[in-house]
Amino acid sequence: MTPTYYLLLSALLFTIGAVGVLVRRNAIVVFMCIELMLNAVNLTLVTFARLNGDLHGQVMGFFVMVVAAAEVVVGLAIILSIFRTRRTASVDDSNLLKY
Amino acid sequence: MTTTLAEGVVDASGAASAAWLLLALPALGAAVLLIGGRRTDKWGHLLGSGTVIAAFALAVVTFFGTDFAQQHNLHLWDWISVNQLVIDFGLRIDALSITFVLLITGVGSLIHIYSIGYMNHELRDRRRFFAYLNLFVSAMLLLVLGNSFVTLYFGWEGVGLASYLLIGWYQGKDFAATAAKKAFLMNRVGDVGLALAIFLMFKNFGSTQYTEVFAAVGDAPTGLIVAIGLLLLLGACGKSGQFPLQAWLPDAMAGPTPVSALIHAATMVTAGVYLIARSSPIYSLPQAADARLVVMIIGAVTILIGCVIGCAYDDFKKVLAYSTVSQIGYMILAVGLGPAGYAFGILHLITHGFFKAGLFLGAGSVMHAMNDEGDIRRLGGLWKKMPITFWTWTLGYLALIGFPFLSGFFSKDEIINAALGQEGPRGWIFGGVALLGAGLTAFYMTRLLILVFLGKARWTGLKSADGKDYHPHESPTTMTVPMIILAVGSVAGGFILSMVLPDFLVPAIGEVQETHGALSHTMVGILAVAISAIGAGIAYLIFGRSEQPVERPQRVTFAVRAARADLFGNHLNEALFARPGTWLTRALVYVDNRGVDGLVNGIAAGLGGSSGRLRRTQTGFVRSYALSMLGGSILVVAALLVVRFA
Amino acid sequence: MSAALILAQDLAQQSATLSTGEAVAFWVLGPVALAGGLGMVFARNAVHSALFLVMTMLSLGCLYIVQQAPFLGLVQIVVYTGAIMMLFLFVLMLVGRDASDSVVEVLRGQRLWAGVLGVGLAVLIVAALARSLEGVSDQGLAEENAATGPGNVGNIGRLIFTDYLFPFELTSALLITAAVGAMILGYVDRHTRGRKTQKELVEARFRGEHDRPSPLPGPGVFATSHSVATPALLPDGSVAPESLSRLIDSTAADKLDAERKSVAGTGPQAESRALAPREEEAE
Repeated sequence: MTPTYYLLLSALLFTIGAVGVLVRRNAIVVFMCIELMLNAVNLTLVTFARLNGDLHGQVMGFFVMVVAAAEVVVGLAIILSIFRTRRTASVDDSNLLKY
Repeated sequence: MTTTLAEGVVDASGAASAAWLLLALPALGAAVLLIGGRRTDKWGHLLGSGTVIAAFALAVVTFFGTDFAQQHNLHLWDWISVNQLVIDFGLRIDALSITFVLLITGVGSLIHIYSIGYMNHELRDRRRFFAYLNLFVSAMLLLVLGNSFVTLYFGWEGVGLASYLLIGWYQGKDFAATAAKKAFLMNRVGDVGLALAIFLMFKNFGSTQYTEVFAAVGDAPTGLIVAIGLLLLLGACGKSGQFPLQAWLPDAMAGPTPVSALIHAATMVTAGVYLIARSSPIYSLPQAADARLVVMIIGAVTILIGCVIGCAYDDFKKVLAYSTVSQIGYMILAVGLGPAGYAFGILHLITHGFFKAGLFLGAGSVMHAMNDEGDIRRLGGLWKKMPITFWTWTLGYLALIGFPFLSGFFSKDEIINAALGQEGPRGWIFGGVALLGAGLTAFYMTRLLILVFLGKARWTGLKSADGKDYHPHESPTTMTVPMIILAVGSVAGGFILSMVLPDFLVPAIGEVQETHGALSHTMVGILAVAISAIGAGIAYLIFGRSEQPVERPQRVTFAVRAARADLFGNHLNEALFARPGTWLTRALVYVDNRGVDGLVNGIAAGLGGSSGRLRRTQTGFVRSYALSMLGGSILVVAALLVVRFA
Repeated sequence: MSAALILAQDLAQQSATLSTGEAVAFWVLGPVALAGGLGMVFARNAVHSALFLVMTMLSLGCLYIVQQAPFLGLVQIVVYTGAIMMLFLFVLMLVGRDASDSVVEVLRGQRLWAGVLGVGLAVLIVAALARSLEGVSDQGLAEENAATGPGNVGNIGRLIFTDYLFPFELTSALLITAAVGAMILGYVDRHTRGRKTQKELVEARFRGEHDRPSPLPGPGVFATSHSVATPALLPDGSVAPESLSRLIDSTAADKLDAERKSVAGTGPQAESRALAPREEEAE
């Protein structure tokens, strides 16, 4: 058992999140997938902090959380307003910007 | 002989230094009338005539106030200066140019005065007409006064423009517009020759000034001289209606009659003769013998063409036009003879300017009185109704056919004599053609006289094209006075001019080379008069003794039909140039459409098509964009790893 | 392949450095987190997805604590899982609850390519980790988290307010901006739509701001049917075209034309002589 396993787990979670962004159509689920990717990165940061014996990684993880919180607030508000005007939460339906 | 040209050139002084006014006055008149527009309607014709009369007065003053033993060069300003190409805008006042200036302004003044009366049907546009006439006079004066081939070319194109505008004067009529276009295009053919000749001169002699070119030609190789000579001849053919570019001149009669008289009989069409006479130092060179021969052939061919077609036409002005063509053929033949003929060519040009202008003005007077009827079969017996016109016209007629001691007699006989004086068979051929031409001229002119003025009045009971009866009447004074003056000139001019002109022109074009042919001068004169008398007699026998039908006979021999069809000149032009030109254009258009456009459009279509297909990738679906982003990120990361670890 | 071998060697080398307790915690929590992630992606229902994500986040929080990051672990549990995910759930209830994804993928090849790229990404990251972690030893955070000193939270606080003071202040600006942005995006002003009172509407109609002063005629007045597809008839029996909605196929009007004409009396009439007795009968 080594801390490397944490990194492996983080890599898998990140990949799952990325694939989720690609395959899910519900905007909120897509958003949750992004959160999963952020969390995976956070796990990496925490693991690196521990490997280096240094708290800077944890501070960085803290900032990531703050930014994620702000992003979630704005992103959900955008999803809400899109839903109000277009009556849909599917990312495939907002496809006006095309050829 | 050429030495007189290179030397004896002095800067203009005295009256000659004011020669620029000759050009400036009519140009100013044209500018005022064209810019002034309707405001000048009331007095435009007076201004137009005034400027030309003033120019004439100035020319007379210059003539008497200048010593023409020398040539006067008047430098006005540097005109074109590009690297080596330096062209002054300058005038050259010498015996040759002043002769032309006097002819142009003199006949021009008379025709301006005549036009006041002739154009009084069209008061609203008369002012514009005079503007164009002034423009023409100005350009023509520049043509003859310029001191380089480029200034000559400038004037050359200027008269072409004025001619185009005036032939197409009756803009509303198709035939006038077509005739103007035809004249313009056929003139361009000749102009190309002139332009190429000028290019050759600049290329080989480094200048286009007369003095410098003529000083340099002596050492030039034969090929170059012949090339320049033939190209200049092409220019002359275009402007003077010589074979093979003669077809535009008869059509140019679509313009008003004063225009026909001034531009297409007396002055502009003789520019080709002027060009060759002015270039006499080139043509007189021994290297230029071949070019000279071509000039003579062209002149001789044109004499015959003009005479033969003139016999067949029924249109008053067109007969006169073909007469002009053949008379200019005489002049070209004369100047082609070289030193033996320059002076006589110019002499014939001057006398022809007088009597042909008079004949045209007479024709205009008749048409003015007969509701613009130009078909001679519908005229006849007008001598009682229009006595002044009749008598002045008859004097012009006699002068043209070479009646003894009238002007045509002196000038034409000299040409025939000089032609006969050529060595060997040439003398017989060209002399024979000239004599034959004299007989034919007498024939068709007599036919014209009989059909128009004598015989029965066939117009009684007929109606003109616009449905009116004919009421022939004598023309107003403004028209008759110029006719009378020209008639006097036709009668007396030849005798006086043949005495003084050859000597006067010596400083400009050299001594007259005496020729001694098989026949003596007196014999030639008698022969020419006799042949003319025979021609006139035959015409009287055919047309004078029997009644002529009003409708032109349709069952005629092939010769007459050919002559009526301009000896197939138009057909020839069309078959040789127009149709191949059309085909070429079509082929080029095809190549352009399919080839050039196809290439350009193909590239555009290819780009457009591939863009259209690439556009399909912009689906608007966020997830496909995210997919490509992920793919891109993976590529970048992979690249980084490869760089980092590999 | 070689990357995986190296990684396995690493794991074998370092396995001694971890305590058994931590190993147990990892092997319990790690699969749970992974299962939560997979469940989130594959759950058809969005609420289930959210709950799976909550599960992942909780496990991750615990893993943070196990990894000597107690502060971050608690923040993860309280703020992330407690606040942010609840926000997600709220919005889901507002918006996306019904919108469960259909199984059919509309974008051709999307799933295939997503899978291929996902595998590629995983391989890349693993390879990179394997190469870069070669010879890295576990330092541990025993000193920073020592109970005798300020401890984990105290040390993080010291870092935030010294080294990271400026970024920290910037996050406040970020949060305020986000709050304002969310308000603007989420706010709906019902009063700016400018609904007019009836009086204002009537005045506007008669001022000519509308097509006609009166309302359109209703369908079916004087008509032979109650259908909205039946046009109203004007007093002279002709059709009032405005009474038909453009959205409705007006063929009904044509079909009913004969009926309408008979009502209006403009259709073909029986001849007056039809009622008269036949001539032979009269005799």
